[in-house]
Amino acid sequence: MASSESLLPVTSQHDPLSESSSNSIPETRRRKPTKVHLVVYSGFLLIALYITLIVTHTRPVSTKGANDEKTVASRARLAGVSEKSNEHIWKMSDDREGEAFAWNNTMLSWQRTAFHFQPEKNWMNDPDGPLFYKGWYHFFYQYNPNAAVWGDIVWGHAVSKDLIHWLHLPFAMVPDQWYDANGVWTGSATFLDDGSIVMLYTGSTDKFVQVQNLAYPEDPNDPLLLKWTKFSGNPVLEPPPGIGDKDFRDPTTAWKTSDGKWRITIGSKINRTGISLVYDTVDFKTYEKHDILLHQVPNTGMWECVDFYPVSKTKHHGLDTSVNGPDVRHIVKASMDDTRIDHYAIGTYYDSNGTWVPDNPSIDVGISTGLRYDYGKFYASKTFYDQHKGRRILWGWIGESDSEAADVQKGWSSVQAIPRTVVLDTKTRKNLIQWPVKEIESLRLRSKKFHKKIGPGTVVPVNVGPADQIDIEADCETSGGATLRGALGPFGFSVLADQSLSEQTLVYFYVTKGKDSKLKTFFCTDTSKSTMANDVVKQVYGSFVPVLKGEKLTMRILVDHSIVEGFGQGGRTCITSRVYPTKAIYGATKLFLFNNATDATVTASFKVWQMNSAFIHPFSAVDDLVVPSST
Amino acid sequence: MKMVVVMMIMMVMAMVSEANMIEQTCKETPDFNLCVSLLDSDPRGSSADTSGLALILVDKIKGLATKTLKEINTLYKKRPELKQALDECSRRYNTILKADVPEAIEAISKGVPKFGEDGVIDAGVEAAVCEGDFKGKSPLTSLTKSMQKVSNVARAIVRMLL
Repeated sequence: MASSESLLPVTSQHDPLSESSSNSIPETRRRKPTKVHLVVYSGFLLIALYITLIVTHTRPVSTKGANDEKTVASRARLAGVSEKSNEHIWKMSDDREGEAFAWNNTMLSWQRTAFHFQPEKNWMNDPDGPLFYKGWYHFFYQYNPNAAVWGDIVWGHAVSKDLIHWLHLPFAMVPDQWYDANGVWTGSATFLDDGSIVMLYTGSTDKFVQVQNLAYPEDPNDPLLLKWTKFSGNPVLEPPPGIGDKDFRDPTTAWKTSDGKWRITIGSKINRTGISLVYDTVDFKTYEKHDILLHQVPNTGMWECVDFYPVSKTKHHGLDTSVNGPDVRHIVKASMDDTRIDHYAIGTYYDSNGTWVPDNPSIDVGISTGLRYDYGKFYASKTFYDQHKGRRILWGWIGESDSEAADVQKGWSSVQAIPRTVVLDTKTRKNLIQWPVKEIESLRLRSKKFHKKIGPGTVVPVNVGPADQIDIEADCETSGGATLRGALGPFGFSVLADQSLSEQTLVYFYVTKGKDSKLKTFFCTDTSKSTMANDVVKQVYGSFVPVLKGEKLTMRILVDHSIVEGFGQGGRTCITSRVYPTKAIYGATKLFLFNNATDATVTASFKVWQMNSAFIHPFSAVDDLVVPSST
Repeated sequence: MKMVVVMMIMMVMAMVSEANMIEQTCKETPDFNLCVSLLDSDPRGSSADTSGLALILVDKIKGLATKTLKEINTLYKKRPELKQALDECSRRYNTILKADVPEAIEAISKGVPKFGEDGVIDAGVEAAVCEGDFKGKSPLTSLTKSMQKVSNVARAIVRMLL
């Protein structure tokens, strides 16, 4: 530090004064001359202030020079997703021709979904502790009882027989202990060998430290699991040495090791490296921390909501979290705090030392070009093993893409994705496949089947009646094609569109022909023209989708008011988006099929179902008529 | 006496290193000069860590929103023809005060900065929307532009916590 050098000449000037004053005064009387001390003290104070003033005001105005590179690199990191999402709004404010726009209650109330899980009001975020017990699927979630923005977090709770028709229950846990006074945050459930449930969750303590706590059902005979008991010895885990007090959260479901112990992993970071810590336990009360991490990836930042589970290489059903063996691959997933993206990778788990190695390190967990569950808005996701039907099910938090003023005005914020089954793609072996749970088909009402051949540059209306609660399954084939330009498409559906197409959301395929004549297909969702509103995010999402030889291009789209979930090639590439039309609402919502290719003709065979509401409502005695079966 | 000297030196060093802390932090934001002037002028700036600096910026957002709401209120009488836009601005700026700021304070204090980022970004969005509602004839331009700039700086600092 240069500053200490510059101080010496100053203090040495005053040393004679201080030395002479201390030397001339005999020890017994040193306390008496307080006036001298005061003068010296205030003298130093003035000098200290003067020096600080000089140093703080001789700063470079611009940041040119050696620091530039570092600044540019860190600005790139700082820019991230968020800047892009607001750029267009700031440009709008300079647009003198722009329409002034205000949300009214008609537009806002249309936005509520009919069959996606959401509480009656206020803010929701991460899914917590999903499980199946005594005939009911349980869903817990981060909830703010007081506002339509994040804060004051408690555990909301709901149950369902079929993952679709949800019934709201009272809060499962609230911040009533010192170790979760500042928030009952995300956690996961584990079934013990005797079928009992333990819940591990993160608490934000009264001193803002992130700790892990243990809870379990107060009454295991209550199929609704209404009440939860927090372990008297909480917290069971505190941030270990070298880990920040605020970088330690979201414990996973535990799995059995070959030693017969339980093992969990918790995401964190060390500087900019995202990591996953490993702990072993026998009783969920005391833990041994591993010295080695499950995995780490540099430059990925904090890993939130880590998930770790096996998938079968050959079979299409789910596996219990403890399953291991030669038929199994293991998935490591993490939610990247930096980018709000959920990434996963496929790899090999080594039980002997609790480590995991990705199959392909170039697309490791958190690498921007790596795999994602969903290429749209989808975060803090969590899977659980559904022992009732032998499936692994994925929950994902879908936040809003609108302004907080609109959320406050409409009184709510966020929905959950439709639960999806997750399996390894046994054909490619390089990605997972997700698909909305079959139970959603129970909402299908009347359907219409279509077979349309549309030439290049055409848009055709698809008459299905109301088009804001629909399920579309389509397969497409192209013929002809721009061999010169090398692109086929885009072609697909225009959903949540108004008659004049002034508002529309496009879900489509885009096929390119490379120099090697190999076709590469992209599955995309374009919300850039989805609304006239100027205060929402209107992104274009998309990703490469593997298409194997002989396969037609298939897509499925769930449209449910302000949420669109698109599944390409049977769920190889999924895109969820939030959309807020101002005109294409209620009876004015239409559906179109389009082909923007310059040469190719598209033949689409598809079916569109009207979807019923799931009528999600608070649990009442009437909902519990049937005696629930035990597991 | 020597203890006093040592303490004085340490105090000056701390003040200078904190001054460097503000400078280093502000270099990583889109508006160095604005950032420095906001943090320097605040007494808490001299001893704050990155979280603390972020919270100071959130406080500036709060202050600016309050000031803007007062201005909106006086405009109702001075410029009654702008009522509709003023209503919408009022709604937007109340969101900043009642939703964005508390969310950001809680999130930054508790170590889940991404929700803090949401809050400070939204402050800029609400200001931009309010400005746009006047279709080019805004009486609030300098205030809304300030909010957007402060939001930009605040967001950059909150991102450092991620």
